[in-house]
Amino acid sequence: MDSLRQIFFQECEEQLAELESGLLEIQSGSSDDPEIVNAVFRAVHSIKGGAGAFALEDLVRFAHVFETVLDEVRKGRLTTSDNVIETLLRSADVLSDLVRVARDGGTVDEARIRTCSEELAALSGVPAAGETEEADEGFDDIGFTPVTVALPVFDDLEMSAEPDGGTEYTIIFKPYPSLYSNANEPVVLLRELSRLGEVTATCDTSAVPNLEEIDPEGSYLSWTIQLRTEQAEDEIRSIFEFVDGDCELTINDGSGLEESAAPVDDEIEALLARVRGEVEEAPAAETATGDNADAGSGSFGSPDSLMVQPETCDAEKAVQQPEPIAPAPQPAASNAVSSGDTEKRGSGQAEASKAAAPAKNDNKSAVTEAAQTIRVDLDRVDRLMNLVGELVINQAMLSQRLSEAGLSRSSEFATGLDEFEQLTRDIQEGVMAIRAQPVKSVFQRMPRLVREVAAATNKKVRLVTEGESTEVDKTVIERLADPLTHMIRNAIDHGLEKPEVRVANGKREEGLVRLSATHRSGRIVIDIADDGAGINRPRVRTIAEEKGLIQPNAQLTDEEVDNLIFLPGFSTASTISDISGRGVGMDVVKRSIQALGGRVSISSRPGEGSTFTLSLPLTLAVLYGMVVTVAEQTLVVPLTSIIETLKPKPGDVHGFGGDARVISLRNNFIPLVDVGRELGFRSEAADPGDGVALLVESDGGGHSALLVDAIQGQRQVVIKSLEANYGRVPGIAAATILGDGRVALILDVDAVVAGARVGNLGQEAVLAMAG
Amino acid sequence: MSKTILTVDDSRTMREMLLLALQEAGFHVLQAEDGLKGLQVLKDQRADVIITDINMPRLDGFGFIEHVRRDATHRAVPILVLTTESDAEKKNRARSAGATGWIVKPFHPVKLVDAIRRVSA
Repeated sequence: MDSLRQIFFQECEEQLAELESGLLEIQSGSSDDPEIVNAVFRAVHSIKGGAGAFALEDLVRFAHVFETVLDEVRKGRLTTSDNVIETLLRSADVLSDLVRVARDGGTVDEARIRTCSEELAALSGVPAAGETEEADEGFDDIGFTPVTVALPVFDDLEMSAEPDGGTEYTIIFKPYPSLYSNANEPVVLLRELSRLGEVTATCDTSAVPNLEEIDPEGSYLSWTIQLRTEQAEDEIRSIFEFVDGDCELTINDGSGLEESAAPVDDEIEALLARVRGEVEEAPAAETATGDNADAGSGSFGSPDSLMVQPETCDAEKAVQQPEPIAPAPQPAASNAVSSGDTEKRGSGQAEASKAAAPAKNDNKSAVTEAAQTIRVDLDRVDRLMNLVGELVINQAMLSQRLSEAGLSRSSEFATGLDEFEQLTRDIQEGVMAIRAQPVKSVFQRMPRLVREVAAATNKKVRLVTEGESTEVDKTVIERLADPLTHMIRNAIDHGLEKPEVRVANGKREEGLVRLSATHRSGRIVIDIADDGAGINRPRVRTIAEEKGLIQPNAQLTDEEVDNLIFLPGFSTASTISDISGRGVGMDVVKRSIQALGGRVSISSRPGEGSTFTLSLPLTLAVLYGMVVTVAEQTLVVPLTSIIETLKPKPGDVHGFGGDARVISLRNNFIPLVDVGRELGFRSEAADPGDGVALLVESDGGGHSALLVDAIQGQRQVVIKSLEANYGRVPGIAAATILGDGRVALILDVDAVVAGARVGNLGQEAVLAMAG
Repeated sequence: MSKTILTVDDSRTMREMLLLALQEAGFHVLQAEDGLKGLQVLKDQRADVIITDINMPRLDGFGFIEHVRRDATHRAVPILVLTTESDAEKKNRARSAGATGWIVKPFHPVKLVDAIRRVSA
């Protein structure tokens, strides 16, 4: 059941996305394709259907009201004016909230739901309050109050245990042709009746015409059934539920009061009364008409006659076949069916055991899922990914061994190896593509956010999204949602001006936020751009000074000022608004992007707006790194953190109290971090003159120089979790296996830089290396 | 030989629920996510009972039933309409199209099997 729940909620997400994009499309007026409205309706309808199965009543109730309005739209009775669309979009948001609460728990904003329900009810013209009852009654209406019959399917042994007790019913059952054409079977109905008690059935074959006159799709048989049962009459009727209108049915409980059972509505009742009254004159004609009135044109005879209009099925036509219409479709049924309890019970049991036998063997083959996509457990993909990682490493090792063996490039080994390398790369890309998903899944959450923030800030905002189909690793997408949400909030709350200010500045009243994704040199680049006022640099500066983040007289470029907003503890909003100021600032955004191996940058022009650019790796499984040597160990430093590498000149490095050292670079003093010492690979400080300094950007945008002994080169490495295979090691992000089979640790730049501020990271990295 | 049931529903949740309930009861299950797919499945496979949704993309339940009823091979297959529809009009339309019976969502597995039994020989 849990996995079903999971499927349900997954599907809800998809339906909600469909719902929203459909509504937005209708709003934009870019298409009048009726299929969009249908899809929107189906989305809500599906959610309602599934929710019903899980007894999520709030959800069902709201979805029902929502669906009623959408049905009006679908039928063209309600036009999608701006107001209507606004209400529908809001309702989609409420529906989404209800789904979330149903999944994750928590509380819903009852008032909001009520308001929304009322608005919807006003649109559909059905009072909101009565809605629930109406829905419930509706279910009853349809009849399937589903089977109050105490008819346990497989173990009905106690049924009709006392053949002498109960009531003796006389049931007269005359099927119409439509009963057969809809694939109902008198035999099945008789079998069902026999489950209620002791049955004696007599088949009346007197109406069967001569062979040459038989209409193969007619109905000529009728039955008189004696049933002794303790069940109520309702139970008997429920057996005939599906053929209601497709037969003539009378049930007499022996009290002498004959009751016409099947036809439920008055119209049919009246027609049948006429049938009874006029039976001598034209029995078939009236029967046919009665049938028709209930089931419509299709019920008369074969399905091929579906096109026949009711008017053409008139008495005159029917009278041409003076006898009630067709043949004995079930030879087995043409004789009296009599069944004793014992016999029936026996067969019931046989059926039961057969039905209850688990069909495990054909479970798999049974499911013909006629779809173009398959759902695969993420674990399986990850396992495959892992294996491909091993393959890449293995291939690299093999290459290295062969080149060490001095084989010529033209040898067959070498060509074979080249092909192997190419195939390995293809497989790797193929597997990575499985994990890749379009950013659409996160982009499509943004319209709602924009609506809410716009409403809360009284601004008018248009969101434009581009490159939604750009693909990136699933995990990256998942972890992108929060930073993006925050940045879009910021763009509207801090970036865009109030409508009146915009108008005064000669801009459109409606602000524009553009969210776009593109692939650029093996990375995904996401831009969040607004056409607002741009970053207010003097103000940013003042705030940074007030908060002691910079010295009052610091010389900063525009870019450096812009980057101040990424500093921890910086918040531009003078009053913390509900929208952006949730205790997290841009520093958190920056950190979460960096945790994904990405970078954030800003460009801003006063009066014209700001653009935040995120650059992220396409996958978290491989990484481009600089392979370096530190104290005879090989480490990998992620290339994304490295700004430049430099060879320190002896005079550039200065002591700075205690062990700390700084390196002077273009008139700036940058902390020099001795990686070997930080990780505990050696106790003595390395001589900067013998090594190489990697200028890195770390947490909070600060720069540091990492001192390493030598650079071996740059390469793509497969990331292996150290935590999963060994344990967490401060200063180390993960590990990888190099071509020569050696394990190399991947440096956690931020942790090393932070560690250098507070002291050594300890001996754990040494232990990890030894392990 | 267990009976084969074809379920036609655009909701994956509903398809999975039907699958679970039907397999539990020992049925062999075929699935399709709309009417067109349902017809495709019936091109080379047979079902003893069909359970179909009404609201589906491409080909809805009404159209699907009409097509099945026109097909010489499958016209006698009982079709149960599985729907949340609460108005009698839809039910009657489904019957006009040739539906044998109906099941109102949400369904109880026992009732589902019961309904199948009530239409299949």
